[in-house]
Amino acid sequence: MSDIAIELKGIDKRFGLVHANKAIDLTVRKGTIHGIIGENGAGKSTLMSILYGFYQADSGEILIDGRPVTIKDPNAAIAAGIGMVHQHFMLVENFTVLENVMLGAEDSQILNASIAKARVELKRLEKEYALEVNPDALIEELPVGLQQRVEILKALYRKADILILDEPTGVLTPPEADHLFRILAQLKAQGKTIILITHKLREIMAITDEVSVMRRGEMVATRPTQATSVEELAELMVGRRVLLRVEKGAALPGAVKLKVENLTVRDGRGVTMVDNVSFELKAGEIVGIAGVAGNGQSELLEAISGIRRAAAGTVLLNGSAIDVTGRADPAELRQRGLAHVPEDRHHVGLVLKFEEAENSILGYHREPTYGKGPFLDLGAIRREAEESIRKYDIRPPDPRLKTANFSGGNQQKIVLAREMERGPDVLIIGQPTRGVDVGAIEFIHKRIIEMRDQGVAVLLVSVELDEIRALSDRILVMFAGRVVGERKADAPEGELGLLMAGIDGKMEAAQ
Amino acid sequence: MDFFLSLVAILESTIRLSVPLLFAALAGLFTERAGVFDIGLEGKMLGAAFAAGAVAAVTGSVWLGLAAGILVSVALSLVHGYAAITQRGSQIVSGVAINFIVAGATVILGEAWFRQGGRTPALSGSARFQTIDLPFADALRGVPIIGPIYSELLSGHFLLTYLAFAMVPLTWWVLYRTRFGLRLRAVGENPGAVDTAGISVVWMRYRAVICCGILTGFAGAYLSLAMTAGFVKGMTAGKGYIALAALIFAKWRPVNVMFACLLFGFLDALSIRLQGNPLPLIGQVPVQFMQALPYLLTVILLAGFIGKAIPPKAGGVPYVKER
Amino acid sequence: MSNPYAKLPVWVDYGLIPLINLLVAFLVAGLVVLLVGENPLNAAYYMITGAFGRGEYLGFTLYYATTFIFTGLSVAVAFHAGLFNIGSEGQAYIGGIGVALACLWLDRVLPWYGVLPLAMIGAAFFGALWAFLPGWLQAKRGSHIVITTIMFNFIAASLMVYLLTRVLKPMGSMAPQTRTFDAGGQLPKLDWLMGLFGLNIGNAPFNISFLLALAAAFGCWVLIWRTRFGFEMRTMGHSPSAARYAGISESRITIIVMMISGALAGLMALNPIMGEQARMQLDFVQGAGFVGIAVALMGRSHPAGIIPAAILFGMLYQGGAEIAFEMPAISRDMIVIIQGLVILFAGALENMFRPAIGRFFAGLTARAPAARQAKGA
Repeated sequence: MSDIAIELKGIDKRFGLVHANKAIDLTVRKGTIHGIIGENGAGKSTLMSILYGFYQADSGEILIDGRPVTIKDPNAAIAAGIGMVHQHFMLVENFTVLENVMLGAEDSQILNASIAKARVELKRLEKEYALEVNPDALIEELPVGLQQRVEILKALYRKADILILDEPTGVLTPPEADHLFRILAQLKAQGKTIILITHKLREIMAITDEVSVMRRGEMVATRPTQATSVEELAELMVGRRVLLRVEKGAALPGAVKLKVENLTVRDGRGVTMVDNVSFELKAGEIVGIAGVAGNGQSELLEAISGIRRAAAGTVLLNGSAIDVTGRADPAELRQRGLAHVPEDRHHVGLVLKFEEAENSILGYHREPTYGKGPFLDLGAIRREAEESIRKYDIRPPDPRLKTANFSGGNQQKIVLAREMERGPDVLIIGQPTRGVDVGAIEFIHKRIIEMRDQGVAVLLVSVELDEIRALSDRILVMFAGRVVGERKADAPEGELGLLMAGIDGKMEAAQ
Repeated sequence: MDFFLSLVAILESTIRLSVPLLFAALAGLFTERAGVFDIGLEGKMLGAAFAAGAVAAVTGSVWLGLAAGILVSVALSLVHGYAAITQRGSQIVSGVAINFIVAGATVILGEAWFRQGGRTPALSGSARFQTIDLPFADALRGVPIIGPIYSELLSGHFLLTYLAFAMVPLTWWVLYRTRFGLRLRAVGENPGAVDTAGISVVWMRYRAVICCGILTGFAGAYLSLAMTAGFVKGMTAGKGYIALAALIFAKWRPVNVMFACLLFGFLDALSIRLQGNPLPLIGQVPVQFMQALPYLLTVILLAGFIGKAIPPKAGGVPYVKER
Repeated sequence: MSNPYAKLPVWVDYGLIPLINLLVAFLVAGLVVLLVGENPLNAAYYMITGAFGRGEYLGFTLYYATTFIFTGLSVAVAFHAGLFNIGSEGQAYIGGIGVALACLWLDRVLPWYGVLPLAMIGAAFFGALWAFLPGWLQAKRGSHIVITTIMFNFIAASLMVYLLTRVLKPMGSMAPQTRTFDAGGQLPKLDWLMGLFGLNIGNAPFNISFLLALAAAFGCWVLIWRTRFGFEMRTMGHSPSAARYAGISESRITIIVMMISGALAGLMALNPIMGEQARMQLDFVQGAGFVGIAVALMGRSHPAGIIPAAILFGMLYQGGAEIAFEMPAISRDMIVIIQGLVILFAGALENMFRPAIGRFFAGLTARAPAARQAKGA
């Protein structure tokens, strides 16, 4: 018995022109929590998908417990004792917990015996690892934290010794994340090996024994966690000193442009996503909304921009009401000076199959400059698109190219150019730099500041706290659908982090 | 008593007419529950009816006919499966295509091989299914109420009729009480969950599609080997679509499927019975209205005026591994 | 980026691949001909001479093509908005009511050019009406348009049997059809157009609705690619979430597009009713609505592709009749097979040959400077 659980040697994988994994070596010791950290698109998920048999490596070797294995599908991975908790849960929503745990690991053609056995085994696992969950509950009725617990139970039920968790805290509230970490510590104590994939440095420092850093498909370093620091890891991840300080002067807030009062939004199932939110946004300031993903930020943006119906509340744009609970229409709001850069550019902000020029008028296609009456003037549209291509340095500079053929950063610039260049009064931006390369991030941040300096009221939502802190003049923190606090831009990171977890540090300190 | 007897007669033909619907709708249940939509039930049924009729006519064996029907229908299912599962093409387009190919091919081949205007030769004797009398059917015939119900309504059907109704609990059992059923339902709701659990989504869906082929094979064979003595061109006459409607009407649940098929069969029986006869209290109802009623009811159901039909979540969507 | 649909030259995407798909469909059809014991090459010969060999044959081919242009456009317009309208058949059928009513009312009073505009409005109105309901049901009640339109085809068939056997049939007649229209209900033939090319139209019912079909094709092109509404419907077709973001009302587009689609299907009724039979008969649509699906798929939903695809199917219908005459074993049902095969290979299996073709072209470009490729990623 060696004490090495997993050894990867020279794993190489290409997707067409993208070299996702470049000759990766990785050693994970038994009974440890091993973190793998890297930016979006660094190749972490690809590597783990290879380990779990979702993809085959083009070359390289995998050793489990010192024995070379070929993992050609998830089945082989399961047989090798590997379990995986995916970022998007792989659960059948209208099945019970028991059925989900059993699925694929039933040991007889007829279910009755399997069900009885699974029930006993589930009880045992629940006890052993303190993972309580009602086996007869339907998945769709469980909160996200419990759904994740079911995923872990699935892996344990299959007798996994090695557990891979892919960005497990992205959908969790901080208390849920803490609970997860306690579970992981417990699993480690029982001798399980855990691989934790994340791009959050704090998590790595809190729980791992060792950490490996990936950058652009390469494994750049492995360190014992105790011997490294957040600063070192950040530098390794990005490849140069992260300077998330954007040059900006003091804000000169003017008149109130957007006034949100008691806004409440419910989702399709009637769950309250935005709970009685009120705030003001003035001309010439950037208000950032911080929070863990899924705490109502997306729904707030959608309600204000007229994409989603609100259940209650009022929103005033330039002093006149937006009918957020009724017939608010994104097209009409654009005319009234509200521009919106949505969080999801692939599905919402752009039509990937359209030409660049067509996307440059999406939502503004009814404006009279683009043609007479019901007709569109393609020449005029392309000429204008060429102009913004120049101004925003969009590459390749071809307004007739299909949008899907632009890189993430250039696609985002297409959206930004469209929404910024029409002189809006209010600009709503969601995740301005998600999946955008480093060079474009700087450009985008600069443009956002310029908009503010021209007197535009900017509402910014980002799950990257650093981005919020670098750009905002004021920060609102959302937790469980409510605005739980407002802070100045220079508020300490720790205080904001506590607020994001729903804990008001100031108040507790005062008591 | 007169009313009672004609009611028994209508119900008897209801059973007869709902058998192909039941087979086809259960067939659709298997594939649609696995996430592969199928509007090609009509074509598969027609292809099976033709193959069954042709082979039974040539060999004189009803069993070889049945086997040929199932074989052809499974082959057509595999074409649909190849397009929908392997090639990830549009499931609707593929279903439409199969309906046309079969509609044309059965006529062309039938005419070329048998030269009877698209019919297959009339079947008799061992080339055709015979009705089965239940025990004591004759003895009980004279008993009031029970006699007609037992001897007329329940006895004297084809083997396939009893099989069709036996398929309902069987389908339910397979779907909800076996490993295969669990995985099949899972693959129609979230194929990702099935894939990561180490089960092949593709193979699961192909198996569902094959089940569909077998059952539409029975549906077609029933038409040409039992209900009618031989194949007549276009003999499915939209039954595949009615079965589809019944499946939606039943919200993709086996027992509901049986009741939906019986309802639509009853409407059919009633419209045949009512040709030219006025309905008590309502008066003359155009036969066309009765014929359109299953479709109208399905439209009304789909519009959410009677409950809501929610299809399997992954239905109609080809499975692509997400990175 | 492990994309099997990697970028190919435009002419490959819109020319070569559809052509290969079509070729395979015909090869399989040829196998069926072999199975029947005839020579596929002879069949192809009869088909082509039967469709184009004489002015009269060509006239028939174009007569059928007229019908298919309308139904092909009907299906294609809906495709662009992401809607699959299988109901063109029923919409065309119901559209016939509009044509018949206009003719029955005015054929003895007005000349054809007086009746035609009303017949067009009637056809479009009734076709649109029959498509409005499925559109409205999807937009407002969430029922799936594919299923509803299938159901509506059957409902239309029942309704038309009822109307033609009980309401529109002249007293004393046994046949389920309207009376024969007078001159005002008959469209002039395009003999002069054929004459320009030195062809004799003979008995072919090739009539001016062909010109209307061409105009409709041009109109569809303008609508889809040159209007704001077309922009909106394409946005919705590609990405409903982007449409919502852009302030495009999904229900409005669904309903209007379905009505346009239904109107186009309805206009098809002009051709057989006023152009050929001079009366409305039972089942006059004869599956043309379904042919529209094949035509739209083959023409890649572009009017410039739909016209040749419609002519191809016109050729199949006319040439198929000729084959049936020369080869008794092959009836006109052969067309239905081919139609199904085209739908299968140009529709459901459209990407079957793409990876191979992609590899072939990748092999060609691999020799080109590698630098040009490096810009991706």
